[in-house]
Amino acid sequence: MGLRVGIIGAGKMGLSHFSVVNAMRDAGVVAVCDTSRYVLSVLNKYVGVETFTSPEEMIERAGLDAVFIATPSSTHFDCARHALDQGLHLFVEKPLTLSPVQSKALSAMAIERRKVNQVGFHNRFIGTFQEAARLVKAGALGEVSNIHGSAFGQVVIKEQNRTWRAKRSEGGGCLHDYASHVIDLMNFLVGPPAEVRGASLQSIFSEDVEDAVSAVFAYSNGAAGILETNWSDETYRKMSTTVAVHGSKGKLVVDRQELKLYLRQGAEFERYVEGWNSRYITDLQKPVSFYLRGEEYSAQVESFLEAVLTENTAHENSFASAYETDRIVDLILQAGGKARA
Amino acid sequence: MATIDRILFGDNQFFGVNHMSEEKARQQLMRFKDIAAIVEVLDTAFDMGIRTFMCTTHDRIGEICDHMRANRERYKDFVFFPCMPYAHKYANSVSQVGVMETIQRFSAGGVVSTVIRGAVGTLTRDIYALMKLLVDAEMKRFHGLNTPVIFVQNVVTDLLLGLKLYPVFGEFHRYVKERYDAEAGFITMNLPLLLDALDQAGVDNPIVCANINKIDFRMSGGIHAYREALGTRKCRAIAMSVLASGAIPAKEAIDWVCGMQGVQSIVFGASTAGNIRQTKELIEQAWAR
Repeated sequence: MGLRVGIIGAGKMGLSHFSVVNAMRDAGVVAVCDTSRYVLSVLNKYVGVETFTSPEEMIERAGLDAVFIATPSSTHFDCARHALDQGLHLFVEKPLTLSPVQSKALSAMAIERRKVNQVGFHNRFIGTFQEAARLVKAGALGEVSNIHGSAFGQVVIKEQNRTWRAKRSEGGGCLHDYASHVIDLMNFLVGPPAEVRGASLQSIFSEDVEDAVSAVFAYSNGAAGILETNWSDETYRKMSTTVAVHGSKGKLVVDRQELKLYLRQGAEFERYVEGWNSRYITDLQKPVSFYLRGEEYSAQVESFLEAVLTENTAHENSFASAYETDRIVDLILQAGGKARA
Repeated sequence: MATIDRILFGDNQFFGVNHMSEEKARQQLMRFKDIAAIVEVLDTAFDMGIRTFMCTTHDRIGEICDHMRANRERYKDFVFFPCMPYAHKYANSVSQVGVMETIQRFSAGGVVSTVIRGAVGTLTRDIYALMKLLVDAEMKRFHGLNTPVIFVQNVVTDLLLGLKLYPVFGEFHRYVKERYDAEAGFITMNLPLLLDALDQAGVDNPIVCANINKIDFRMSGGIHAYREALGTRKCRAIAMSVLASGAIPAKEAIDWVCGMQGVQSIVFGASTAGNIRQTKELIEQAWAR
């Protein structure tokens, strides 16, 4: 069995983590906590895990090494603080919390207790985005001047969403969902911006939350960034995320399938020639030991479990890195006139 | 036992699925926005002797079924291998209205009749009963058509595989036999692991479909484990993603997969008569050697 893992929140992400963890050689899920007695009864009856309705009780009684928190975002902070207090390694779904102050506090706590602390920004485990980040950091594009990040998809295409994702108080809305992924990816590629110069949060179908987010970023080197996300766009079959980066030596455009790199005359870099270069996920993605719904979901879990086994706290997607994303989210709320009271 | 042709036609190209390029996927969605355009390509393949259409139970598949039923004589030898469910439909619904309402929304009787029967709680707490309701809902649109093999899509197969809910595989296998006189098929990205699980679930000589390609793309467990599993295990294996979305040149990809012991059939998708003919000929030539 190896590591004993608990899952808090058995929704879409919780079940996905459950399946992936359970398929790993060195770990298994032994306990699940959720508010739905229906889901718990099915998991208990057919999968045979211990089930709980209280995270505190699960942590106290299940003898865990690590937990995954995949509850509505507004509950992350209390859950995560308690788990760290009890000495557990921790994987939290994105966003880490709804407040940069809370995210920073959790990060400090995890570092102090030397616990593995990872957040589910899974795009950082996609081969195309990893290669794009490597190229930017290695200077293949020269000095970066512009970055454009976007995500479109069809999460809310009718006025009928009744889950927590439609409630602002629980961390619903396109900003904490689609936009936080894109912000994190932009941070991954060029580092976080110094300022948010302007933002717009628009409702299309939802009453209580925004369905589209646009924002302008300013970076300390003078570069400019544009963020554009809309989860009410039914022309996309599923979430489609693209980042473009312009630099003094060329530009790159990257999505989960394809990396296109244009290099100016005399700017060839490693295997990349002048002019256009294309590389695909089929060539850039490292294989995973178990595939459920995209290599990135498995790779982030493998990376987390590996960090726990080796007690390595210098891993990808730490709370400190997720704090930077939550900080930008907060600046967007302020710039868009939607700051929390 | 169901006869499975050696060459099967897939549907990704019709519904905007392309593992290499989102731009190409979008262009294909636009080209195939009318069912007539899809039917035209299916006809081309059918007239070349490719009579099996392995298709996701996407909402639009119903219109294709309607066309086949309206032209029964023309399509009397046409075969569907439904692959269920179309996962995005459920995932989007869970994000919108939650798990419970999604189950009610998509179960065969629909919300009203299920509630009238007053049985929603009892039925859904028994996952086998729930599975049957969902299968019936997905199979409704294929009424009166040939569906000798019914597949579980990889995201569900692999979710169950991870959760170690192996008995569901056996129940599905028994149910589609009993209710639809069909054989069960399982699509997976983890073939070696799945074959062990199906063994434990008592599914003998299973029909499985997995990525099998020269560059090891989405073959979890690795190419050696696949070679070993296909060479030694009793199963009927269908190779998909043989070209890895175009990452491998067609002839090289097909020669390689046709030389792989244990691969009995190949499913591929194409949008033009030229590509369909070329792929079919390459497969036939490779297997003739």
